Amino acid sequence: MSEQTLTSAAAARGPLAMEAISVGKDFRIGRGHTLHAVRDVSFNLYRGAVVALVGESGSGKSTAARLLAGQERLTSGTIRLDGKQVQVSSRGDFRRYKSEVQLVFQDPFSSLNPIHTVRYHLERPVKLHQGQDAKVGQEVVSLMEQVRLTPAKQFLAKYPHELSGGQRQRVSFARALAARPSVLLADEPVSMLDVSIRLEMLNLLNDLRQRFRLAMLYITHDIASARYFADEILVMYAGEIVERGPAEEVTQAPAHPYTQLLVTSAPDPDNLGSALRGGGRRQGSATASARQQNLDGAATQGCPFNTRCPFADDLCRREDPALMQISDTRGAACWHLDVAAPELISGPRRGEDTTTT
Amino acid sequence: MSADPAARPAAGSSLADPAPGSSPVLDIRDLSVVYRTPGGDVRAVDHVNLALGAGEVVGLAGESGSGKSTLAYGACRLLRAPALVTNGSVIYRGRRVSRPADILQMRPDELRRLRWREIAIVFQSAMNALNPVLNVRDQLLDAIRAHLKMPRDEARERTASLLDLVGIPRSRLRSYPHELSGGMRQRVMIAMALAAEPEIIIMDEPTTALDVVVQRDILAQIVELKDRLGFSILFITHDLSLLLELADRVAVMYAGQFVEIATSDEIHREAAHPYTKGLLNSFPSLRGPRRELVGIPGSPPDLGHPPPGCPFVPRCGYARPGCEDVDMRLLPVATSRDPDHVTACPFVLPDTPAPPAPPVTSGSPAGELGT
Repeated sequence: MSEQTLTSAAAARGPLAMEAISVGKDFRIGRGHTLHAVRDVSFNLYRGAVVALVGESGSGKSTAARLLAGQERLTSGTIRLDGKQVQVSSRGDFRRYKSEVQLVFQDPFSSLNPIHTVRYHLERPVKLHQGQDAKVGQEVVSLMEQVRLTPAKQFLAKYPHELSGGQRQRVSFARALAARPSVLLADEPVSMLDVSIRLEMLNLLNDLRQRFRLAMLYITHDIASARYFADEILVMYAGEIVERGPAEEVTQAPAHPYTQLLVTSAPDPDNLGSALRGGGRRQGSATASARQQNLDGAATQGCPFNTRCPFADDLCRREDPALMQISDTRGAACWHLDVAAPELISGPRRGEDTTTT
Repeated sequence: MSADPAARPAAGSSLADPAPGSSPVLDIRDLSVVYRTPGGDVRAVDHVNLALGAGEVVGLAGESGSGKSTLAYGACRLLRAPALVTNGSVIYRGRRVSRPADILQMRPDELRRLRWREIAIVFQSAMNALNPVLNVRDQLLDAIRAHLKMPRDEARERTASLLDLVGIPRSRLRSYPHELSGGMRQRVMIAMALAAEPEIIIMDEPTTALDVVVQRDILAQIVELKDRLGFSILFITHDLSLLLELADRVAVMYAGQFVEIATSDEIHREAAHPYTKGLLNSFPSLRGPRRELVGIPGSPPDLGHPPPGCPFVPRCGYARPGCEDVDMRLLPVATSRDPDHVTACPFVLPDTPAPPAPPVTSGSPAGELGT
């Protein structure tokens, strides 16, 4: 497959930590039907780099995270950690794996146990992963300082309901860090938080990434935050990666029609006067058909996006395109890239540098 | 509040364009809401004024706990103890009611007539707001039969046409909420709100849980319906970027008070209040240069013990002596061409240079501990 020759835009950051190779996950959903939640997904995570997995709900991005976290069994494919294939067959294996790979959940309101204090939430993983003889109290305080829950003493005895959403999510981060992992999988870590706090939490994650050289997978439906936070963006649709590349390139010049739809749908305060305000009546009928299409689910045959795609033809309805290489670091799974993104295919690439910030 | 006897004649059809400058359909005056707690009153909404014009979309922005939902629910008498409306009036001037009336003084039967027919609400989480054991048609019928006198057949036909309105195929009438996607559920909520063709729809974070693509679809649909049916919208959200695109006017709320009110354009180009500036600098932008964003450090004050003066001071990069004496009155922005652009900060103007970068996060700096 051509995608193997693609270099990840995150590779420059540090050594390879985790590889997902043609990973797939099927769920049986009764009456002999199978849901292909994740299909033939490959990507790498590098120490000190952030890879963003972007897609709508139901696109399989959370399932992908759960596969990497060892919480679901793979239907197909391989996961490697530091070059070794991951085999989780016993409780001991699972614990050792968990001390390297940690998952942060979306909802800090339900991922903390309401009947336990902050101290309990943090002491347990410290004891579990660093042994009973660890200086537990000291370690917990240091963890809380890492996530800036200070003064630590004031928060240790609190219960989750006494904390704000942002503070709870800080506890989740601290809990994940207690295992001293090398890989952090963050499943929509800020989407339940207020806009004003989100940025602070992303900045905190970024700080932790640098300080611990974490290999981070950032799962989100907000492509704008992925642009801000990630080195590489993988766009997922119906279980497949439909586009991947450096964050800045993917957001500024999206190649795949689905990525284009995502980018144009994001709220844009600069888009004053057009679109929604006052423009509703005039563009109403034009968007009605598109809206109907957006109600349709993914196609079961051919390219999964063909039911919603403006460029779809018979080929798209028949065969599912593989990821086609656009540049060393970019690829998109579309038969009609020449129509969807002509400026990326024909002629020299536009003068955008791969962002290395 | 003198009731305006020259209220607009009831002749105006529901398709009429809203006349700019006409008296507002909803006029919230000096409204205060407290939560009674053993530790004393928590002032969730503190003497706020807000008017909603006919056909207007007013956005209410602010973080959780800022009082934006409490304000809207308080104005509609939807709050229960320990919440208590302690002050103010909410004048409703609908086209279908003979004279303006204060919602806060209404008897239960008057309230019942007001709700759904005059003011409807789309609640935040459609997942929880819909009844899981009733199918779509029965839920819609329930609402229609409770608030409109209508023969059964006609009511059934109405449920189907409501689904048409929000773009859901009629085949979904018999579906249960769990069989619908998040976007469809939210559309059903909107259809329910439209059931009695209300004059005002209050939308409390109607798209927060949805994907951007679905969100845009639904917002476009809301705007289209608003233009067609001529209702007004009070849109509550913490997503200011969304409001700037959607709303005619935006009211920014912080700690139970408004800190700035202006048109979306003014807020976008010339935000005056430091909190608004902070919010604008909180969301990553997809377009334009990639800039360093700071967000707003710290967390909102404890409303049980509000600090004197401006409640934003502890988080404000522009804070200076005199801030604790600010009385939070909304005054026109001196440099603005728009006299309706008001702010509660007397010191900071749209072009006031930004203060030196505030600390990245709350609390004391952690220092370089650990590995």
